[in-house]
Amino acid sequence: MNRTLALGLEAFSNTLYYVLVGVLVLAVLFGIYLMSKVEKAKTGNRISAVAMALAIILTLVKNAILPVWILYVCLAVGLIIGLILAFRVKMIEMPQMIALFNGFGGLASAIVGGYALFGIGSGADSFSRIVATIAFEIGIITFFGSLVAAGKLHRVLPQKQITLPMHKIWLIALFAGCVFGIMLSFFSSVDPIIVAIISFAVSTGFGLIFALGVGGADMPITISLLNSLSGVAASISGLAIGDALLVAVGGIVGASGLLLTQIMCKAMNRKLFDILFGGAKHTPQVKQNVEKTPEPDKEKVEEKETLDPVSLAKTAKDVIIVPGYGMAIAQAQHLVKQLADYFRDNNARVRYAIHPVAGRMPGHMNVLLAEADVDYDDLYEMDSLNDDFKTADLAVVIGANDVMNPAAREAEGTPIYGMPILNVDQCPNVFVFNYDLKPGYSGVENPLYSRKDGLYLFLGNASETLKDFLNKL
Amino acid sequence: MINNVPSLLHTPLMSGMNALSGITVLGALVATSVAISGQNPILSGFLGGLAIIASMINVVGGFTVTDRMLKMFSRKEKHHE
Repeated sequence: MNRTLALGLEAFSNTLYYVLVGVLVLAVLFGIYLMSKVEKAKTGNRISAVAMALAIILTLVKNAILPVWILYVCLAVGLIIGLILAFRVKMIEMPQMIALFNGFGGLASAIVGGYALFGIGSGADSFSRIVATIAFEIGIITFFGSLVAAGKLHRVLPQKQITLPMHKIWLIALFAGCVFGIMLSFFSSVDPIIVAIISFAVSTGFGLIFALGVGGADMPITISLLNSLSGVAASISGLAIGDALLVAVGGIVGASGLLLTQIMCKAMNRKLFDILFGGAKHTPQVKQNVEKTPEPDKEKVEEKETLDPVSLAKTAKDVIIVPGYGMAIAQAQHLVKQLADYFRDNNARVRYAIHPVAGRMPGHMNVLLAEADVDYDDLYEMDSLNDDFKTADLAVVIGANDVMNPAAREAEGTPIYGMPILNVDQCPNVFVFNYDLKPGYSGVENPLYSRKDGLYLFLGNASETLKDFLNKL
Repeated sequence: MINNVPSLLHTPLMSGMNALSGITVLGALVATSVAISGQNPILSGFLGGLAIIASMINVVGGFTVTDRMLKMFSRKEKHHE
């Protein structure tokens, strides 16, 4: 058995290996490319998955470790756990699940990097050790950072920014510690155990403190960044153990993850650097200028002020629905759909306004609404309908807060300041189906709630308040 | 390539890419196979096994949840036609 294998492996030339690596990398790229198109995305994802499976087989063959049975046991265990988690997770919990998966990937990279640091699976030269240490540290930062992110999203940890006194200085010091650990690994005279301990301590600290210091609203960006980091960690650990495929795919993930992070930053009008090191940005009780809320069209307001919400709903001809995460928590998607159908039966135009970060991540709300059978032709991105709030008859807010908080325009120093928002406040009539009037995920009060005209509040669990309202119609 | 992704695909894309970052499973396989034949096979076997399991969860879980999310989009499309 072993002899035939050895013979077969000799024939397995390096050239063939690199050709196959090239093919698989192209397959992965093609998969990602397809994933950027709505119709092809599913195929793209599957192509990537198949490429990954082939990559595992290729690696087993190339390294002549096919007969090592323990590997299969571990692969099988991981496969089963992965499947169970993936099938049991609810759509609403998706962001934290992704963060958790990402953390696992980081952990694995850290272990591979750790091995390489001790010369296992890699050369003993200083280049290998440096690369190994980098992979080790990034892997650990990814692991702990992702755990904190998942914990915050799952509300196991407080969502607010948790900052130490002198947060920035801590971060810089720990970062310097990470660099120091990498430099230490350059010297072969230093015991790798010492390098490992120091690197472990500083990168754990960095990962935890950095992620804890990120406010709730910035979490999507953080996850995307950590995702990119785990790609980088994989790529660098590939360098350490000399695995071309690992380097290439890790690199792709790192680069495209960074791009995606940039896109999200743009959507939220945040600078990456501020998020990373801006832990000092508190959630201050900044006085908010309530009066500044732009006055909606006076005439319209006066004309309709006498109307009660029910007759308002009956006469509205142009309705914009603003769904938020609260809708998902209350599981009110289907009721929202019913309400939309009611409007539509009245010959009203109904559109859903999707803020880029509605839900907990860009696109998360689309997934949640898709689950409730909402046609995605009715979903409009913020930029394409934000000017229409002025002319719409009615805006229906369901469990959304931060994404339409006018404080983002005015209240400097708050976490959401500068974030593009939906111009719900410009709509003459606004229904708000929110649980309460407390500040949202970002912790910033919403001055819209104190508006006097054309604001109708339906407080409580959106499932119940919506049901009540539907009954009245 | 990533630049012109409609934002509704950002979450699936992130999740798909996240699955890909589990590619580190390759490194885990290689390193573990080397490690368990060295000194201290139990400790390295344990750590290596952990790495393989963790990265495999990342890969399988990642691709599966992505598929679940994307299925919902395509199901809607069929409804529509």
